Amino acid sequence: MNGSPYILSENNSVTVVMLKVLAALIPGVIAQVWFFGPGILVSLSLCALFAIGFEAFILLMRGIPLKPFLSDGSVLLTACLLALAMPTLAPWWLYLVGVFFAVVVAKHLYGGLGQNLFNPAMVGYAALIVSFPVYMTQWAAPVGVAHVTPNLWEAFDLVFAGGGSISPDAYTSATVLDTWKTQVRQGLGAAEILGQPIFGRAGGRGQEIVALMYLGGGLLLVSNRLATWHIPFAFLAGIAATAGVLHLVEPARHAGPLFHLLSGGAMLGAFFIATDPVTAASTPLGKLIYAGLAGFLTVIIRAYGGYPDGVAFAVLLMNVAVPFIDAYTQPRVFGHKHGGKRGKP
Amino acid sequence: MSRKLFTCNGGVHPEGHKDASSGTPIVILPLLPRYVVPLRQHIGAPARALVRAGDAVLRGQMIGAAEGYVSTAAHAPTSGRVVAVEPHEVPHPSGLTDLCVVIESDGLDQAVEFQPLDWRNLDPSALRNRIRDLGLAGLGGAVFPSFIKLNPEGAGIDTLILNGAECEPWITCDDRLMRERAAEILQGVAVMRHMLGAREVLIGIEDNKPEALAAMRAAAAADVEVVAVPTLYPTGGGKQLTYILTGRETPTGGRSTDVGVQVFNVGTAYALHRAVALGEPMLSRVVTVTGHVAAPGNYEARLGTPITDLLLAAGGALPGSIGKLVGGPMMGFDLEDNAAPLTKAVNCIIVKHSSLFPAKPAVLPCIRCGACARACPADLQPFEMYWFARAKDFGKAQSYDLFDCIECGCCSFVCPSHIPLVDFFRFAKSEIWERERHKHDADQARARHEFKEFRLEREKQEKAEKLAAKVAENKARDAAAAAGVAETAADPEAERKKAILQAALDRAKKAREGVTPRNTENLPPAVEKQISEIEARRAESGAAQPETDPPRAES
Repeated sequence: MNGSPYILSENNSVTVVMLKVLAALIPGVIAQVWFFGPGILVSLSLCALFAIGFEAFILLMRGIPLKPFLSDGSVLLTACLLALAMPTLAPWWLYLVGVFFAVVVAKHLYGGLGQNLFNPAMVGYAALIVSFPVYMTQWAAPVGVAHVTPNLWEAFDLVFAGGGSISPDAYTSATVLDTWKTQVRQGLGAAEILGQPIFGRAGGRGQEIVALMYLGGGLLLVSNRLATWHIPFAFLAGIAATAGVLHLVEPARHAGPLFHLLSGGAMLGAFFIATDPVTAASTPLGKLIYAGLAGFLTVIIRAYGGYPDGVAFAVLLMNVAVPFIDAYTQPRVFGHKHGGKRGKP
Repeated sequence: MSRKLFTCNGGVHPEGHKDASSGTPIVILPLLPRYVVPLRQHIGAPARALVRAGDAVLRGQMIGAAEGYVSTAAHAPTSGRVVAVEPHEVPHPSGLTDLCVVIESDGLDQAVEFQPLDWRNLDPSALRNRIRDLGLAGLGGAVFPSFIKLNPEGAGIDTLILNGAECEPWITCDDRLMRERAAEILQGVAVMRHMLGAREVLIGIEDNKPEALAAMRAAAAADVEVVAVPTLYPTGGGKQLTYILTGRETPTGGRSTDVGVQVFNVGTAYALHRAVALGEPMLSRVVTVTGHVAAPGNYEARLGTPITDLLLAAGGALPGSIGKLVGGPMMGFDLEDNAAPLTKAVNCIIVKHSSLFPAKPAVLPCIRCGACARACPADLQPFEMYWFARAKDFGKAQSYDLFDCIECGCCSFVCPSHIPLVDFFRFAKSEIWERERHKHDADQARARHEFKEFRLEREKQEKAEKLAAKVAENKARDAAAAAGVAETAADPEAERKKAILQAALDRAKKAREGVTPRNTENLPPAVEKQISEIEARRAESGAAQPETDPPRAES
């Protein structure tokens, strides 16, 4: 089999796609360094290193040629998304375990590139937050709030040798989502909670800017047609609508939509995680349903679940439903009548 | 100009490479010493050869007559002698041979007398038959016999679309034809319009051909609208152009006539003009020879011109060429043999070079990115169909409307994993056809088996009847003998028995002759035609082939 077409579109490969997505993350990473110190660079490179190691090992074991698959960039993207979803300055083995679950379990045990049912980065995250909740809720505190912000070498030291004499309290804090959740349960009022230094104008201090940077990078992705608008829009709309309704009903218990949109993994999730093509719905209507429900679940888990953030579990839950959603939302084919049935099981 | 255009989903923008061949006027190829004219240059049944080796022919003489309904004639490109009527390489993706008439030119190029057609006054049916016998078939690539498409009966065609989109990269034969022979094309259009009774005539040309647009606009009458359509492959697809110009969607499995539109290629209109104005059969066409050749351009060559000669006319392939393509790079195919001749279907020959056609990169797994679905002009989900085609789950592939795929190649073109999606779809389609053929064969075998059972049973009954009759006869004779003396003719009892006997014999005879249908009778015309084709082939291959049919059981 080697028929037409005899030409292919130029500068188009899985590698190019993955690298462009990685490039779109750069503004967010820069903001992260600016507001939380260079620790993120350590966790990013560590995750990337572990991921490439695991990928190469598994490819060798499976007898798959290394070059085309290692250079496809997909494992690098998985590693970076996991690193960005995890706290910085955590011990090195936490990254190792997370990457193991993402690359080995979620990706390769399901058949490798293109075959995985679940978003690999989110599987890694979920495995960690279930197994090591304490480490996973100690986030680097924003500059100006933390007593100390470790520089690059100190960050290396913290990751590999542990804090030593420095108490984690000096440089970490809970996230705003975590804080909101615990303090609302303690009966504090919204104004009181939002007045604390880790809260910014609308979300977490610094974090809201990082989120806006992800939004910017994500919009670049959409404008470059690397992702369609459906998933980010529906995901954010799902979050905003659900949070809005809850906030209207019980303003004392539930933060407003803007807070939900700009805190936690909402923006990263909307543009970079829920959009993972392998695990997301693929039809236009299916994408809206998939991402809309993921946004809804995110807020529900944040509001009523046991974990501070809900993006990972929401995405994983919706991953399960993708084959079903796709089968029932097949678009109309040219020349077919409206409402025709096709592709259904 | 103010026509509202509709937008098809999908489509791609491959690099055009049109300038390579569009700059120079059409060159008419000189007379060649030898032509190879395939009897099947169109969709449908091959023409029936009217000549045999040794026959003298004149230019324009019909050498193959339309056989069956979907068929059209073939003609001698020049005067000379028929050297052979034999299987020969033809330009076809399969690389298989097909029956061709090989003609050696006598250098005189004498023509039969051409008779212009009085198309305004001729009876429509007679006009169509003349067009069939002049060998007209669509020159856009599908080569459907034109006389069928020119039959308006029952179709209710209100719009005639002339397809000058020419959306495939590299190809410029329609562009040049429109620039140079716009008036003739439009005269062909007038004939089409007359025959179809179309109210509206639209000529769709991609906006990357400003000269062709201007030439056609200058030549077009007020009641013909020349429309510039956005350059986007595959705008020139019949269903796509119909939708873009009229907003009418050709229903799945149907033709544009189902929505009142008939589409012809500009080259076909030009050929129709020559057919009616000059009475000339389809003897030549304009073909683009481009790519890695010395003199890329457009050549008007007689049908049957060996592609070797066509390449020579274009200065020959330059060193470093890596094969040739027939048609464009999006939907064309590899030319297996340069000896294959130019046919009505061949609009372009591209000589490949690694700089123009780089080796395809390694294939990676599908990441379901959906780029193929966004590029698909038929709004299919190619990655889903690929999944099922690869798993050989053809039923499922079909449920994702595999047969709505027009094999335009957009999905493969945009795939970041470089998956040859169209190859998978062609494979799945042919497998499904093969299975349907098998099922058909099995059904036939079952029917034959059941008939055999029935026949054996009936023969048993007939034997029993015969036996009974014989016994009765003997008994009657014995009785007569026993009666002895009473040998009078008038024995009412014996007469009666004889009558019964005769009736039984008659019945048995009747059953043998009348009721038993041969299983080759009452077949649909398509099967009849197949059988006659097979018989013809067998007759041709002569006695060398043993009779493979089982002996017929019927008496």
